[in-house]
Amino acid sequence: MARMKFLCDADRCIECNACVTACKNEHEVPWGINRRRVVTINDGQPGERSVSMACMHCTDAPCAAVCPVNCFFTTADGVVLHSKDLCIGCGYCFYACPFGAPQYPRVGNFGSRGKMDKCTFCAGGPNPENTAANYAQYGTNRLAEGKLPLCAEMCSTKSLLAGDGDIIAKIYKERVAKRGYGSGAWGWKTAYRETIAG
Amino acid sequence: MTLHTRIRTILGVFAIAFAVAFVTPATAQSVNPQQQSVKEDQLLRELNKITGRCTLPNQTACTIEQPVGRDWREFHQVTLRWIAAISIVGVLALLVVFYLTRGMVKIESGRSGRTVTRFNGYERFVHWMTATCFIILALSGLNITFGKALLLPIMSPEAFTAISQWGKYFHNYLSFPFTIGTVMIFLMWIGGNIPNKTDVEWVKRGGGIVGKDHPPAYRFNGGQKMIYWIVVLGGAAVAISGYILMFPFYGTTVSGVQLAQIVHGIVAALFIAAMLGHIYIGTIGMEGAFEAMGSGEVDVNWAKEHHKLWLEEEMGKGSSRAKAQPAE
Repeated sequence: MARMKFLCDADRCIECNACVTACKNEHEVPWGINRRRVVTINDGQPGERSVSMACMHCTDAPCAAVCPVNCFFTTADGVVLHSKDLCIGCGYCFYACPFGAPQYPRVGNFGSRGKMDKCTFCAGGPNPENTAANYAQYGTNRLAEGKLPLCAEMCSTKSLLAGDGDIIAKIYKERVAKRGYGSGAWGWKTAYRETIAG
Repeated sequence: MTLHTRIRTILGVFAIAFAVAFVTPATAQSVNPQQQSVKEDQLLRELNKITGRCTLPNQTACTIEQPVGRDWREFHQVTLRWIAAISIVGVLALLVVFYLTRGMVKIESGRSGRTVTRFNGYERFVHWMTATCFIILALSGLNITFGKALLLPIMSPEAFTAISQWGKYFHNYLSFPFTIGTVMIFLMWIGGNIPNKTDVEWVKRGGGIVGKDHPPAYRFNGGQKMIYWIVVLGGAAVAISGYILMFPFYGTTVSGVQLAQIVHGIVAALFIAAMLGHIYIGTIGMEGAFEAMGSGEVDVNWAKEHHKLWLEEEMGKGSSRAKAQPAE
């Protein structure tokens, strides 16, 4: 089976936020929660770059390691998912996550953050069926329908790549070879302990 | 470097950066548009995290990478567990060994049958309010650190989540009476808990529980003063760090929250270990000690042996206090 990964080609991202919008619409993500966001570094200065970031579905995921109730699991595709029925909303996964992926429906006063929400790589929740209850908790399961994450599908410049890690790495390497530059696969070293030569 | 020279250096760097940026584009762009671009490695080397501008109201989302979470994970999964396990199990083991060798410290001259008021109703109320909160806070806190290793294997994930969820609510809400109790303890007993010469002597002679004799002490002996300051300072540390965790991101970033959790975890583990010793001496470790916080009345002979100077003070206050007793 494939090992699913995200790759954002920062040299292509134009900060259009289509990925953010696609994600919010596809999964009807509640107000205040952004499973994916675009951040511009050195905004307005020469050499600024925008990066679209969500849960990177890390190898040996830190969120899963620190969770006090073990609500995380990794699918056969390498997607890191969690059960909202088991989550107690303690916030620890947010402290450990290198990418700030975990989100909480409430600000967190009195520790009532609510159940954590994060990117599912469009793979739904623990239960693979596309039921209404599952949809309300986790959003759609596009992977089960043979489709890839909608954020990457909708990316207008094909900056955001999602899919089999080997294939997207190959695509990125070809791009870098052809155009002669590339700022590297952002977050890959932290998430997967590997880099793609830029 | 003074602030002035530092500002001058920064301005100089900016001026050079501006000049470079202004002069190079025409030639650089045709060669490599990436030459000036920000690089992940460089940003991580400089700040150990990557933050930019984002259009979300939640500005913590503007940090897209903080590999330091890895260190926090290591602390939470390995370091904290060792610190907590060694200190708590270690103290428990010491207490068992101590009890088996020394046994309960008896009132040497036996009970006199006469009592003296040690803690009034208000003091006992504050003590037990704080103590009850502490025990529940300690158990629910230990569950967060050790629950999935010790409890989860023996029950269903749903049941463990239910316990942990309730534990979390108790932990959050009981923090308020606990904090109030700690402040009240600080205020009501500060008078008797300033370390002085008597404590040096008391510690030298190993106190009343380690040593064989009874060094004189005022209302609080050296050991009790230690407990007092552990409660006041430890309580303050866990309360402050705890409220940072409960109300995250008010003036702190994720690094601040990680630090707060580290302080909270370590102090709480040592706090629990210290309180085990306190509970031991107050119950099975010493005859006549529990009454001080139970009924509030201690036997005069107990007071004579463990708090000689305090008893003399109380007696010196004259019969007014003794007479006032029956009215309470």
